[in-house]
Amino acid sequence: MTMQTPLSPETDTARPGPATAATRVHRRAGSLRRTEWVYYLFLVPALVLFTAFVVAPAAVGIFYSFTDYLGFGRWQFLGLANYRALVSDPAVLGSYGFTLGFAVVTVIVTQVIALALALALAKRIRFAAGLRSVFVIPMVVSGIIVAYVFNYLFSNTLPALATSVGFAPLEQSILGDPNTAWLAIVIVSAWQTIPGALLIYTAGLTSIPADVYEASALDGAGPWKQLRSIILPLLSGFVVINTVLGVKGYLGAYDVIVGLTNGGPGSATSSVAMTIFSGFTGGDYAYQMANATVFFIITVVISVLQLAVTRGRNLRLA
Amino acid sequence: MTALDTRSPATAAARTDPTGRRRRRLDRTNWPLTIVLALASLTVLVPLYVTVSMAFKTSRQSADGNALSLPLPFNPASFADAWALTRFPVSFSVSLGVAALTVVATLLLSSFASYAIVRNWHRRFFRWSFVYLLAAMFLPFPVVALPQIKLTAMVGLDNPLGVGILHAMFQLSFSVLLYSAFLRSIPIELEESARIDGASTWQIFWRIILPLLAPMNATVGIFAFLASWNDFMMPSLITADPGLQTLPVVQNIFQSKFGTNYNVAFASYLMAMAPTVVVYLFAQRWVISGVTQGAVKS
Repeated sequence: MTMQTPLSPETDTARPGPATAATRVHRRAGSLRRTEWVYYLFLVPALVLFTAFVVAPAAVGIFYSFTDYLGFGRWQFLGLANYRALVSDPAVLGSYGFTLGFAVVTVIVTQVIALALALALAKRIRFAAGLRSVFVIPMVVSGIIVAYVFNYLFSNTLPALATSVGFAPLEQSILGDPNTAWLAIVIVSAWQTIPGALLIYTAGLTSIPADVYEASALDGAGPWKQLRSIILPLLSGFVVINTVLGVKGYLGAYDVIVGLTNGGPGSATSSVAMTIFSGFTGGDYAYQMANATVFFIITVVISVLQLAVTRGRNLRLA
Repeated sequence: MTALDTRSPATAAARTDPTGRRRRRLDRTNWPLTIVLALASLTVLVPLYVTVSMAFKTSRQSADGNALSLPLPFNPASFADAWALTRFPVSFSVSLGVAALTVVATLLLSSFASYAIVRNWHRRFFRWSFVYLLAAMFLPFPVVALPQIKLTAMVGLDNPLGVGILHAMFQLSFSVLLYSAFLRSIPIELEESARIDGASTWQIFWRIILPLLAPMNATVGIFAFLASWNDFMMPSLITADPGLQTLPVVQNIFQSKFGTNYNVAFASYLMAMAPTVVVYLFAQRWVISGVTQGAVKS
C-alpha cells in the first residue's frame, strides 16, 4: 500500500483563494472518487472485534440451538426439537411470564415516579440541587450490592419493625413468599433506574419554553390540565426513550434478582437470563441456546415496536 | 446542552421580568413540596445510612435486625475483616483494571469508527457498518452469553482481560451512536483548512477531532466506567479463576460462609460502593450532563 499525499490536486488548485463554496464542492467530488485507506484503518478494528466477540459467537450459538450439543463432545442435528420442547417447558414459560410481567410493572412504576420527581424538582422548592444530587446517587451504585443491602432490610429489618408495631402481613420476610418476592425485585430495580429516567425527564422539561406555560395559564388551564394537555405531549419523545431503555434493561434483569432472591422461592422469580445461564452448568447448552434465540427475537420485536411508535409520532428530540 | 438547568422555565422568565406580581408570587418557596421531596429522598438516604451504620456495628449488634439503630459501641474492626476476606487490594485492582480497559477500548474504538463512518457516509460500506454496529443495541448479553463463555475459555480470555474486552463490545453501539451524532455537527471546514496546510487524516483526527470530542469523551467514558465497574453478570460468568474476580462479584462470599457477620458484609459493601459514590459527589456535573447528552443525542 502506498502512502497517499494528503494534498490532493483539487486542494492544490484551490490554495490561492480562501475556501469558497465552489472549491468545497470540488473537494467533495474528489473525495467521492476514492476513500483514503486510513479511514478503513479507523473502522476495521471495531468491526473485527465486534464480529469476533459478539456476532460470531451469536451465530455459532444459534446454529447449535438446532442440535443436541451438550457444550462439549459430539452432536447431531435435531431440527426444531429444542424449540418445540421450549413451548411445553413450565420452567421456561414461567421465566418468560415473570420477566415480562416484571418488566411491564417496573417500567410503569419507574416512569411515573421519575416524572413526578422531575416535575416537583422543577417547581419553586428549596435545596433543589441538593435533592437532585441525592436522587441520582442510586444510578452510580452496583446493582448486586444494592440488592444485598435491600435483602438485609427486607428479611431482617422490615419483619423486626413490623413485629414491634404488630403489623402481621410484614412479620415474615417478603422475600420468602412467592407471592410477594417479585415486589421486592420491582422496588429495588425501580430504586436503581429512577435516577436515569429522572435526569432525562428533567432535560425534557427544560426544553419546554416558558411562554407555553404562561399561555396555558392565561387560558385558565389548571395544573392537571396543563400536565395532560401540554407537558405530557411535549415530553412524549422522552417518555419513549425512557421506556425503550427501561424495558430492554428489565428484560435482561439478573444482578438485582441474584442479590435478592436468586430466583426463589422455588423458581418464582427466575428471570429468562437466569434460565439461560443454567444451560452453562446444567449441561443443556443447545436447549438453552434455543431459549436465548427466542429471547433475542422477543427483544428485537419489542424494540422495533417501540421504535415504530417513536417514528409514527414523528418525534424530534434535541 | 452543556449542563442541566435546574431553574424551571417559569423562574427563568420571572428573573428577566423585573416588575410585577408574578415575580413575588414565584419567589415564594413551595414548602409543602420541599418537605415531600425531602421525605422522598429518605428512600435513597436510609439504605445508604444503613450500609454505613451496619459497617460500624459489632457482630452481635448487627444480628438483632434493627438496621436503623446507631452503631454503639462503635466498631471499625469490621473493615479489617472485610479487607482480608475479599482480598480487597486484589479485587479492587482487578475491578479498576477491567474498568480502565473498558473505558480506553470504548473511547478509542468507537471514536475511530464513528469518525470514519461520518466522513465517508456516501460510501455504502461505511453506512452498512454503522447499521451493523448499531444492531447490537438489540442484543442483550444473556443471548450471547453461552457461546461467549465457551469462546473466551477457548482463546484463553476467561479472565479480567476478556471481561474488559466484552464490556467494551457491549458499549460500542451506544457510543458510536453518540459520537456520530456529535461528529455530524462539527463543520468540515475546520478539517479542510488543516488539510490544505498539509495535515494527514491521521493527524487531523488526533489534533483537531479528538480535542473537539472532549465533551462526548466524558459522556461515553462515564457510561463505560459505570457499566463496567458495577457489573456482576459478565465477570461472574466469564472469569474462571475466583481469585481474579471483581469487587461486585467477591461480595457473594457473604451470602454463604459468613452468614451472620452482617457488620463485616456491610463494611465490605461500603468499601465497594464508596468509590463511585465519592467520585459522583465530586463530579456530579459531568455525570448528570453526560446522561442528559446521551438521552438528547440518541
